[in-house]
Amino acid sequence: MPKPVHPASPARGAAAPGPACLPPRCGLGLKPEHFRAILETQPEIGFFEIHAENYMVEGGPLHHYLTQIRSHYPLSLHGVGLSIGGDGELDAVHLDRLAALIERYAPDSFSEHLAWSSHGGVFLDDLLPLPYDRYSLIRVCAHIDQVQTRLGRRMLLENPATYVEFAASTFSEAEFLGEVVVRTGCGLLLDVSNAYVSCVNHGRDPWAFIEALPLAAVGQVHLAGFACDTDAAGDSLLIDTHGAPVSQAVWALYRRLLGRVGPMPTLIERDNDIPPLPVLLAEARCAQGMLQELAP
Amino acid sequence: MSARDDFARALLDPDQPCPAGLVAWNGSDPARRFQVYRNNVLVALVDALADGFMVTRELVGDAFFRAMAAAHARAHPPRSPVLACYGADFPGFIARFPPAAGLPYLADVARLEYLRVVACHAADVAPVSQAALAARLADEAGLPALGLGLQPSLAVLSSRFAVVSLWAAHHGVGDLAAVLPEAAETALVLRPGLEVEVIGIPPASGVFIAALQSGRPLGQAADEAMALGVGFDLAATLGLLLQKSAVTALHPSGSIS
Repeated sequence: MPKPVHPASPARGAAAPGPACLPPRCGLGLKPEHFRAILETQPEIGFFEIHAENYMVEGGPLHHYLTQIRSHYPLSLHGVGLSIGGDGELDAVHLDRLAALIERYAPDSFSEHLAWSSHGGVFLDDLLPLPYDRYSLIRVCAHIDQVQTRLGRRMLLENPATYVEFAASTFSEAEFLGEVVVRTGCGLLLDVSNAYVSCVNHGRDPWAFIEALPLAAVGQVHLAGFACDTDAAGDSLLIDTHGAPVSQAVWALYRRLLGRVGPMPTLIERDNDIPPLPVLLAEARCAQGMLQELAP
Repeated sequence: MSARDDFARALLDPDQPCPAGLVAWNGSDPARRFQVYRNNVLVALVDALADGFMVTRELVGDAFFRAMAAAHARAHPPRSPVLACYGADFPGFIARFPPAAGLPYLADVARLEYLRVVACHAADVAPVSQAALAARLADEAGLPALGLGLQPSLAVLSSRFAVVSLWAAHHGVGDLAAVLPEAAETALVLRPGLEVEVIGIPPASGVFIAALQSGRPLGQAADEAMALGVGFDLAATLGLLLQKSAVTALHPSGSIS
């Protein structure tokens, strides 16, 4: 039974229904190597985002530092292990762990990916692609309904970076995401870098892809760096590494997106080759500058 | 077999063909593109092991370690998306990994490192107060039957090799060249606060602490330690546990509920 779409008004970056929402400012991924620097310098930053699975441990330094940092900053909880695009049932134990983490830290946002990462009881630790067909749509929507019901809140679903497509697909990715948003009432985490990477990898125009997305449902934006490779034909194949600064092409798309949807909570993602905190803060200020250009 | 089965199996098995049904916009061979996923999965799992087994990696070099970790990841991929404690089977895998047979102590070093990983993320439990402890210790007649609850982070590793010295030398304490790997050592691993500690203890202390951890009361644990016949310093061992905030509960009856 499809749920009604929540008429979010993201043109002003507000009002994603739920317990809370992130401020329409730039945030950073929280990395253990930066815990102490953050607490000592308390940098001006909109929010921090954590990968939920990293904090599914009982005690120790991760919870010690996160508890302190949470008391100073808004928090985004970003899952990488629910396997929403998976064939089988969602892992109920994992969903319980997620609920416990949300109970403990009361994050301002929860997001996951349009991808799968577990199959046959094995966790593959990557965000894997799915065919965009009727069967996948039914599975993904059922999984998102289950997540939103169990967590008692709206979630954001992130568009993936992909390297292959499926002959079986009957929807474009944008159409598929549009259907999911309509049927489940979830929001969209628009990863502009993933949009760019996927469009280059599949020979499409990134802005046309973004415009085809359900932009009224966007609740957060991700920006990250990628690596460049080539496919078997010698055409560009971009790899979503989160290991480099945001590229000029992605910044340009981001600025254009903000012109369309208004200020949005925006995350600079960096998970590999992590530089010192000031380098990431400088990158966050670039995004913050673009956000403030829009301020009335 | 579903398409997803083929995809998942081919990710971890390089001998499997690229799954059917994949396409690329320019008609190029999708196998090259699928290779990105294969690489992502393997690098992520190897990196997860590399984070927890740093000394093991230093002992064999990065290339050897990554090849060994990849072989382990393919044979024993994680069963849970929580990777903090991935690698429980890795020390045993190392012990049976023929190319590592020349370093018989490697598996025990890996065991020690895995205990450190577990200790890092173990539950935080407050130690018993000094007052509660003093009151209990004053009752000398009741001491043999006293059970001690210990920190969840605590573990004992009794090794035929010099695991503590090897570990310490790789953290800048002592001279690696001077370590005799064949000297047996016992390690106490625990996290008194935020930092995990690795402490070399006498073998009898290891027996004593392991007995306490199994729920046996002080008297019985001390008997087991003395039965080792190599000398046992009860006061020093208890003193170490108290100094490291390792005692979290006192069970006068000796029963650990």
